[in-house]
Amino acid sequence: MDRKDFQIISKWIKTNSSVLDLGCGDSTLLDFLIKNKKISGYGFEKNIDEVQESLKKNINVIQLDFNKGLVEYFSENFFDYAIMTQALQENKNPDKILLEMLRIAKEGIVTFPNMGFWKNRFQLGLLGRMPISKSLPNNWFDTPNIHLCTFNDFEELCRNLDISILDKKVLNNKYASNFLLKIFPNLFGEIALYRFKKD
Amino acid sequence: MENAFNKNSVGLVKPNSIDLKNKLDLDCGKTLDGFKLVYETYGKLNKSKDNAVLICHALSGDHHAAGYHNKNDKKPGWWDSCIGPGKPFDTNKFYIVSLNNIGGCKGSSGPNTINTKTGKEYGPEFPIVTVKDWVNSQKFLADYLDIDKWACVIGGSLGGMQALQWAISYPSKIKNSIIIAAAAKLSAQNIAFNEVARQAIITDPDFHDGHYNNFGVVPKRGLSIARMLGHITYLSDDSMRQKFGRDLREGKLHFGYDVDFQVESYLRYQAQAFVERFDANTYLLMTKALDYFDPASEFNGNLESAFEKTNAKFLVVSFTSDWRFSSSKSHEIVKSLIKARKNVSYAEIEANQGHDAFLMPIPDYLGVLKNFMKNIEVGD
Repeated sequence: MDRKDFQIISKWIKTNSSVLDLGCGDSTLLDFLIKNKKISGYGFEKNIDEVQESLKKNINVIQLDFNKGLVEYFSENFFDYAIMTQALQENKNPDKILLEMLRIAKEGIVTFPNMGFWKNRFQLGLLGRMPISKSLPNNWFDTPNIHLCTFNDFEELCRNLDISILDKKVLNNKYASNFLLKIFPNLFGEIALYRFKKD
Repeated sequence: MENAFNKNSVGLVKPNSIDLKNKLDLDCGKTLDGFKLVYETYGKLNKSKDNAVLICHALSGDHHAAGYHNKNDKKPGWWDSCIGPGKPFDTNKFYIVSLNNIGGCKGSSGPNTINTKTGKEYGPEFPIVTVKDWVNSQKFLADYLDIDKWACVIGGSLGGMQALQWAISYPSKIKNSIIIAAAAKLSAQNIAFNEVARQAIITDPDFHDGHYNNFGVVPKRGLSIARMLGHITYLSDDSMRQKFGRDLREGKLHFGYDVDFQVESYLRYQAQAFVERFDANTYLLMTKALDYFDPASEFNGNLESAFEKTNAKFLVVSFTSDWRFSSSKSHEIVKSLIKARKNVSYAEIEANQGHDAFLMPIPDYLGVLKNFMKNIEVGD
């Protein structure tokens, strides 16, 4: 496992806890957490090809578009953690999803690309074009990312929703950290990881 | 095994028959003092006897799930797309058992077999059996075959209900359960369809309260109407449009009540073929088994509690265009399993074939089954 973000998430998560991964993809993260942290839980994923990959890994995967609601699936605090990696910006209502994550789980963990990364600012601010980069590879017209934000935007939303941030890690597109990222995260960070809970 | 068919076929197969002496106490209060089961097996039981898989059939199915009985057979068993070497239910790995359920009409004890107590055919006197009764009878078959624990129990539709019931009835005797295009209980609409089918049979003048064989007749009209109705509900609007559209059989309208459209011709043909191979009393009984199925009823209507003691790992599958057993029915099962914190995966397969999709070789569907089955570990 060379994905730094998955290692960080794994460090944040307690052994033997229960986890829901929203938009679990091919379940690489869940597989990693099962092997390293003995977690139990489920992955929700709407794409059948990703479901197949998850089944190959022997993961409990549920083919479902979680935008259609989780209320009837889970009671309050059913899970220890609800995780969403690189999918928050694809949701119709990121604010509602965050609150829903914290209804069904004691803590939430999200990762997302930073619209405030200096290269993105450069492309939009100076070139006047919608940014395209390694962490944002799509054109404006075919991107699934309908709700991009900067780290600062996200943190303001959390304040407004009475969500307290417990942990934060900022990485570049190789999922690594460095000196500049630590001093100016919203300018040099491409991807952020947040762990949070309801106040 | 002779195999002139193709390399993925189990080839020629022969049904087995066993008279089990076990007493079978039925949900209806009656008891069967022994019963006959007809079954087929594909693949070999391994030394550790942990590779046995049970296939449960749906309303009109039987024990002949794969391969051919005769070189000249036009069609293989009903689930040949899934059973065979290298197929999702891989006979190189698993020992697959497929039986005709009691109450059926393909050799197992049922309305058209002889009641040893009276020396006469059971006819309508054959007790109404439930999914739970079937599972109990299948447990006796497992004992007879020296199978302590199924690696997996699998079924679609009414068969899926049996796979579900197995996990509840015998939590320590089943490792995996695959529930396809099924429901934890039928909706009112679904029961209503069954009731129309039953009324068609029962009100046929040739029905004679189920004693039609004594009169040398068969309630053909009733049974064919029942089948036509069923058939329509197993297809989707989309698949019927694609298959038939409004195509005319003879290129013109006749302004009469005989066949004008291809779809009418198809339904009549299907019904005719069904009447020749199926028994009306069995049809009535099967629809009642469907209607009565409700494992949560023994747990104050709480499905989650019904699953509490299960140990199996579950795979639930539904099809987007299936409206007879819609995805929402599968969701009910999945939700309750998750609430009970059980191992479960769920796939909703894109398919336009309606309920019948569960019998079709749809690549995504076969892939899901294959990927799930691959993770079942068996010994030598």
